[in-house]
Amino acid sequence: MSNEIEQIKDPGLPAHVHRSTDTDPKAAARAERQVAILFGLSAIGTLLLIYSYIFVKDDVFIFIPVMGETNAHQLGLGMGMAIALFCIGAGLIHWAKTLMPDEEVIAHRHEFRSEDDDRSEFIKTVKAGASAAGLGRRPLIKRTLGAALGLSALTPLLLLRDLGPLPKDDLSKTSWKAGTRLVTDPGDRPLRPEDLEVGAVAQTLPEIAPGEHRSLADIGKDAVLLIRLRPEEFNLDAERLSWTHEGIIAFSKICSHMGCAVALYEQQTKHLLCPCHQSTFDVTRAAKVIFGPAARPLPQLAITVDAEGYLVAQAPFTEPVGPSFWERSS
Amino acid sequence: MTARERIAGNVAGYVDDRTGAAKWMKKNLTKVFPDHWSFLLGEICLYSFIILLLSGTFLTFWFDPSMREVVYEGAYEPLKGLEMSAAYASTLDISFEVRGGLLMRQIHHWAALIFMVGIVVHLLRVYFTGAFRKPREFNWIIGVGLLTLGIVEGFLGYSLPDDLLSGTGIRIAEAIIQALPLVGSYLAFFAFGGAFPGEAFIPRIYTVHVLLLPGIFLALITVHLMLVWYQKHTQFPGPGRTEKNVVGYPLMPVYMAKAGGFFFIVFGVTAFLGAVASINPIWLYGPYTPGQISAGSQPDWYMGWLDGLVRMAPPLETHAFGHTISWNILIPGLILPGIMFTGLALYPFIESWATGDKREHHLLDRPRNTPNRTAIGVMALTFTMVSLINGGNDIIATTFHLTINQMMWFARISIIVLPPIAFIITKRLCLSLQRADRDLVLHGRETGRLVRMPNGEFVEVHEPISPEKAWLLTSHEQLAPLELPEHDASGVRRPAALKNKLRNRISRAAAVAVPKATETERRELEGHH
Amino acid sequence: MKRLSRLRRHRAAGPILLIFALFTIGTTFQVASAVNNDATSVADRSVTIEEGKQIFLKGCSSCHGLNAEGGQIAPSLIGVGAASVDFQVATGRMPMADMSTQAMRKKPVYNAEEVNALATYVASLAPGPEVPGEEALNYERDGSVAEGGELFRTNCAMCHNFAAQGGALTQGKYAPTLMGVEPRHIYEAMITGPQSMPVFSDKTITPEEKLSIIKWIKAAESEPQLGGAALGRVGPVTEGLLVWTLGIGLLIGVAVWLAMKAR
Repeated sequence: MSNEIEQIKDPGLPAHVHRSTDTDPKAAARAERQVAILFGLSAIGTLLLIYSYIFVKDDVFIFIPVMGETNAHQLGLGMGMAIALFCIGAGLIHWAKTLMPDEEVIAHRHEFRSEDDDRSEFIKTVKAGASAAGLGRRPLIKRTLGAALGLSALTPLLLLRDLGPLPKDDLSKTSWKAGTRLVTDPGDRPLRPEDLEVGAVAQTLPEIAPGEHRSLADIGKDAVLLIRLRPEEFNLDAERLSWTHEGIIAFSKICSHMGCAVALYEQQTKHLLCPCHQSTFDVTRAAKVIFGPAARPLPQLAITVDAEGYLVAQAPFTEPVGPSFWERSS
Repeated sequence: MTARERIAGNVAGYVDDRTGAAKWMKKNLTKVFPDHWSFLLGEICLYSFIILLLSGTFLTFWFDPSMREVVYEGAYEPLKGLEMSAAYASTLDISFEVRGGLLMRQIHHWAALIFMVGIVVHLLRVYFTGAFRKPREFNWIIGVGLLTLGIVEGFLGYSLPDDLLSGTGIRIAEAIIQALPLVGSYLAFFAFGGAFPGEAFIPRIYTVHVLLLPGIFLALITVHLMLVWYQKHTQFPGPGRTEKNVVGYPLMPVYMAKAGGFFFIVFGVTAFLGAVASINPIWLYGPYTPGQISAGSQPDWYMGWLDGLVRMAPPLETHAFGHTISWNILIPGLILPGIMFTGLALYPFIESWATGDKREHHLLDRPRNTPNRTAIGVMALTFTMVSLINGGNDIIATTFHLTINQMMWFARISIIVLPPIAFIITKRLCLSLQRADRDLVLHGRETGRLVRMPNGEFVEVHEPISPEKAWLLTSHEQLAPLELPEHDASGVRRPAALKNKLRNRISRAAAVAVPKATETERRELEGHH
Repeated sequence: MKRLSRLRRHRAAGPILLIFALFTIGTTFQVASAVNNDATSVADRSVTIEEGKQIFLKGCSSCHGLNAEGGQIAPSLIGVGAASVDFQVATGRMPMADMSTQAMRKKPVYNAEEVNALATYVASLAPGPEVPGEEALNYERDGSVAEGGELFRTNCAMCHNFAAQGGALTQGKYAPTLMGVEPRHIYEAMITGPQSMPVFSDKTITPEEKLSIIKWIKAAESEPQLGGAALGRVGPVTEGLLVWTLGIGLLIGVAVWLAMKAR
């Protein structure tokens, strides 16, 4: 059936059409000039770059529409470089297009599969080689080699062991202890409840002894956000309510999803938003997740005041702060 | 013979005396490259890689990959006196104390973005034209490998300056490692040399960024190019172009000039972007500390779709037997990307399995002639686009006065609904384009000229199309669907019957097409007129 | 070069001088009453209160109640203080144009004198944060830009973005850009916590620290383009957009030209 249907035929490569530069010497000369101009422009670009490097100080600014007040040194260097390179490229391409031969050439392809003879010889050689090694006939060698290779793969794993310490309970612990004062970040000033009015927030860290230094790893676990609401706005159970102090509630600032700092507090809605993945937490309900990918509330820090009236932690965090991990139990 | 030609000849002789390369060089200097703009997309990647090596080397001369704490005393006033890592301080110094340093930083970063855009656009071209088919499956896999490594390399690169934005990115990467069941917290502690952020991570990723990965890139790119060279480039169908030939320009001198020129073009465009557009202004972000964050913290675009997936994930976590599994991190962060990249890498094999086509192909497909493949591609693209858009949902929300909640729900629903719709629409579109092609061949081009027939009826004059065009529109093959046995002779279901049935179904779906026009049909129609 | 940098300084200083001028005129009564407690300024003050009350009754009372006690759609203004009124009215947020999610900054309805009268009236109802005086706002003298940046990144950047360009909040609310906001209004916003914004009391961020923040914001605002067009200073989203449009567009354009046959 299909033999009877005649397909449309390949008319073959269309005849070559000569360019104006092939037939008209004037056009060719013009093209040559254009290429030369492009190369000349490139040289000017490099000169601009050299000029900007040496003579334009990096505190000079010029006004460029759209961009605004722009650093002239940086702009001169960059534009010089851009012009220099782009014009070389444009010149080369224009040269190739207009003045180099443009007759299309046909090259032939061969199938990658070798001649049948070569191929069967090749397959035979591989087979013969494989059987000459005799791996199949000597299972003992095969198995011990397999075991040895497998074991040797442990070497890099073993040698990489000292990359870091074991986590132990590091992910579950923070610097907060019963009685640790909450101090402002930055500033390290202890806070009294009356320092925060209703609707106020404070970014805080645990107080450290003078001369001590906080590592970033500590900040990454210890950062706490203080928020003051009207006490009647809370919707908490008795225990969580006892963790607050005069309407002040404290949460870990490290997102329970992926560890970004959650501190976008909306005073009117009492919602906390994480800017990374937009998990939204309801402050009045102990940072319950109301939107987004986070699966757990932000850990709440129980706070109270010490004898001098400063805000302190009642107790350490009761759960690990930050993103989840396998050993985390809740 | 001019003097210049004599010198060129002497050079060639000198080389051959010492290498005996005459035969090989003769063949390869006249190697034919087909000309099409889309064949230059891969070159964009190659050239931006070279730009990355050059600008990157420049940056290493001043960059100090250390998380040691220093007090900044440099030229940028708003950060003076602050404690920061040496990595961040040295990046500031590159930007403000080294002449041309900021330009180089910006060129390096723009080149990285262009490198990744180039890879994706090149991949799309290869996919939609079927250039990955036998014998080019290896090169496809290498390409997918380069894409994956490119994402990692880019991420490590923008993490190095240790600014507030990149630190946030590392924080998220750490959370993904930490979320791995069983080994997560151990791996995280090993990678960071202790609790996040520690002091080890940036020096470590620096080695990976400037040595290990570029080395692997060089090796993979070399193999990728050697295979292209050896297997010869594919070409688009057209008159005179067959599976057995390559039509194009010889390497020397035309292609050398064009490709060489294009390198300068890519470098020039990158330098232009570096000159006029600010990228990663780390001095505005400030040094990283885990207690700070900026609104609109996003990764670079090639990671943006991942971030978008993570954003839209449902809040799922399993707590059982004293352990936690974070599905909200694992599914969007590892499982889905894993499935996507594996599927991408295996696609050539899946397609040839489904269609039963095991032959070599050097002529490219027009996307409309393979509706199934095109539709699958558009479907995957739609999925990625929805994720990418969700990755910038806060910026989009503030720009267009939407809410992030609307954007998120839009993304959550569309990521499930839109890809299948995209598949169906694309497939139908392809089939109508095929129908249009068929009509064009059989009835000719509409001229827009109306002629009044003797009986008063108006008809539009159709002009026959050129033989070249007719050939272009009909030269493709239309494969018949597979008909694998689903039962054996006695009517008993074979063990492999289910597999065969599946293959038959897929291949039937892949073979749906509007029959292409034939000469016979054309003649018949002419007979009627 | 020197001339240019002087120009920049001048350009930055211009509006600020203007603000100070307006501010001085607008708050003469208040300042006067704070400094001199004699009978005439008390009389002036009561005149101002009466003026403010008239404006309030005409422009605000329909939502905020006849005695500023609040209503169904608007909060009570008793105790919000002059600073809050000055912020809301002088930035044009109040009176609200429509009942959208959030009051927007727009052209103010009342002039400086009227705003002052309103503020004085509301402040007379119950004590609250006062409009900071000119002396208290000398951020150029009292602020430190680096410290301000540190404070800004800890306390403000999460909503207002790293370069104070603004950002998204939930349900369509947003933190506005701080570009072009008068220092007085930034200060007032911090002490009063308008709309979604929380309050930053003087003990968590001291007045000097607030000035440092303002100094940093002003430095960011007047910072020229060090590396070329700023692309909105919103991070990698616009960079990605540019590379997918201009970047790859230029390259593909050249590629098309390259592959086109010359005629």
